[in-house]
Amino acid sequence: MAVTTYIDAIKEAMWEEMEKDERVFILGEDVAAYGGAFKVTKGMLDKFGPMRVIDTPISESAIVGAAIGAALVGMRPIAEMQFIDFISCAFDQIVNFAAKCRYRWNAGVPIVVRGPCGGGVHGGPFHSQNPEAYFFNVPGLKIVCPSTAYDAKGLMKAAIRDPDPVLYFEHKYLYRRIKEDLPTEDFVVPIGKAALRREGSDLSIITYGAMVYKALEAAEELAKDGVDVEVLDLRTILPLDEEAILATAKKTSKVIVLHEATMTGGPGGEVVARIAQKAFEYLDGPIVRIAPPDTPVPYSPPLEEAFLPQTRDIVAAARKLAAY
Amino acid sequence: MSVDVIMPQMGESIAEGTIVKWLKNVGDRVERDEPLFEISTDKVDAEIPSPSAGTLLEVLVTAGTTVEINTVVGRIGAAGEARDSAAKPAPAPAAPEQLAARPAASAPATAPASKSAPVPPAMTDTAAAVGERTIVRSSPVVQKIAAEKGVDVALVEGTGEGGRVTKKDILTYIESASRSSIASAPAPAPAAAPAYSAPAAATVTPAPAGSAPRPQVFAAGQDEVREPMSIMRKKIAEHMVMSKHTSPHVYTIFEVDMSEVMKRKDAMKREFEAEGVKLTFLPFFIEACIRGIKEYPIVNSSVDGDTIVYKRNVNVGIAVAIENGLIVPVIKGADQMNMLGLARTAANLAERARTKRLLPDDVQGGTFTITNVGVFGGLVGLPIINQPQAAILGIGTIVKRAVVIDDAIAIRPIVYLSLSYDHRIIDGAAAAHFLTVVKRELEKPAD
Repeated sequence: MAVTTYIDAIKEAMWEEMEKDERVFILGEDVAAYGGAFKVTKGMLDKFGPMRVIDTPISESAIVGAAIGAALVGMRPIAEMQFIDFISCAFDQIVNFAAKCRYRWNAGVPIVVRGPCGGGVHGGPFHSQNPEAYFFNVPGLKIVCPSTAYDAKGLMKAAIRDPDPVLYFEHKYLYRRIKEDLPTEDFVVPIGKAALRREGSDLSIITYGAMVYKALEAAEELAKDGVDVEVLDLRTILPLDEEAILATAKKTSKVIVLHEATMTGGPGGEVVARIAQKAFEYLDGPIVRIAPPDTPVPYSPPLEEAFLPQTRDIVAAARKLAAY
Repeated sequence: MSVDVIMPQMGESIAEGTIVKWLKNVGDRVERDEPLFEISTDKVDAEIPSPSAGTLLEVLVTAGTTVEINTVVGRIGAAGEARDSAAKPAPAPAAPEQLAARPAASAPATAPASKSAPVPPAMTDTAAAVGERTIVRSSPVVQKIAAEKGVDVALVEGTGEGGRVTKKDILTYIESASRSSIASAPAPAPAAAPAYSAPAAATVTPAPAGSAPRPQVFAAGQDEVREPMSIMRKKIAEHMVMSKHTSPHVYTIFEVDMSEVMKRKDAMKREFEAEGVKLTFLPFFIEACIRGIKEYPIVNSSVDGDTIVYKRNVNVGIAVAIENGLIVPVIKGADQMNMLGLARTAANLAERARTKRLLPDDVQGGTFTITNVGVFGGLVGLPIINQPQAAILGIGTIVKRAVVIDDAIAIRPIVYLSLSYDHRIIDGAAAAHFLTVVKRELEKPAD
């Protein structure tokens, strides 16, 4: 066991997979000589050499396109988006090519597209986004959003070993704030399985990514009022762990769905819809969504704070729902 | 084609019944045998299943109204069938102004609407009927729990926003109801349910009064709340006054050492469990009373004018507390039963009493009654005689006490038995003799 940060957990996963499997390689902007904008790949060039840790031109479309090509000839590429915001530049490669090869030719595209997402670090509108919703509607993709160092490592390994494209959204706010003892032996976290972070009986908060911590803080606060909150960390948002979602909804009968992606068209709507359809008779109140308003992420720190769901917002919404 | 819904005959002696509540509204879809309305008669309360599947077209007799048996109280048509009778001119209404003037919730036993002159639908579907329908705000999960447990959501106090009944409210309600043994156990619908048995468990009694397990809510500035008595409450009230008026009650109390009964109970427990019957103290008391009655048959008699009527059979009534009242089902031919039979029958009757599945015959023909005042912690109770019987035995709670035996102090489980008896025919000596036998039987050494 060793205390590992969330960011090092990502690196360790890639490192160990590259040691074990020579098909695995990394490509992206500044990933080699500079070690990555956030130093996720620091030291990897020295260890694995320029054939396996490749600096690319500033073209996300080219990065993902090259990764897809390599994957089709048997490689296991990990493509880094320097900020996940720029994944939109690779939209066509991901949506129309990577996601459809399996369906069209039974040709799996085992790529991982990873990059830092999320706000809270005053990155402004182009370096703080949570664009998972764009891809949530694309059959053929998997999307993971780890919240803990354990999951960051386990889900990265699962993503690399997966025979199909996986989008890996790592939250930059968690990079060095979250750390835990990780087992030294090899482990994976299965894609598509949620984790119960806190058991409770009165109300469920279904969330993922950095919002897991806001939900847990809110749960502590609410416990003082005697409101017993359950927190479900989805970990994977595509495919959703419907079983876990319905189980917690049926258990507590009151549900808050919380995410950092903006409200309209966000993944939360799908969670709400499934609960409404499949657990209607277990509900004791409206299903509540908490998400940022439909605006770009503000740069101004006070505005960004107002934009992102805060613990007090969750507490207020939960109190209202608990009393409903 | 519509099907008439009639007031069923709930037993040989029953001539009329009161509709307590319609469980469906006009226009609602109803399945065959699905509970359609609740009635209350002199003997039992029950949910009445629908005679056929379809849509409830009309409610001809509104809640709170008492009608003769076989009166048409509503009509069920095929789904989508129009309310043809509503389209037609109302067929000769029988004194509509009289019906209209009568407040829906009062008026026991009034003129039944006869078959030939149904109340026109226009009368029933307006003000009175709509006014009775309480709108209770709840949620899907509350509706589901209510349906499963047979709870009327209207009886649950809502603590949610705007008085909504929350899941917690209904679960608390059910829990507290079961704690005070007023609960409804969900009862499986018997395949061939008699017309008057309730297929789903029902705790529902309208206008809860007195023993309801919820605090009375007073609005600001309100000093009293007036609530009409339920049918059952009224019957109990009438009967209690009548009994006190009829029989001069006298009471004798005996102390009984329950040590030997406990030994016997422990010895027999396993054997009963194998038979699927939980052995309680009750069969021991019944058996002891039967011995007493055999030696002092006056206790099992009744008064008819200037005549004393001795009864050959010992039919023991067992008082069972149910929601907002009590009912006394009868173990028929108790003197012909062994302990297993007594235990099984008593448990079955008590369960059916609590789930409102008693048949009219179950509550008739008692010759002697036992009431357990100890079940709610009472040490001694002085019950009122269940007319036309001559005596009733009250059993207190069994408590370990220090008692003096052969000039030594011993700890023994002690119970107080109280006999209330009709002094017109039973004197103190006879009562004491009877109780002496009961005591002797209970204290006889276990072998």
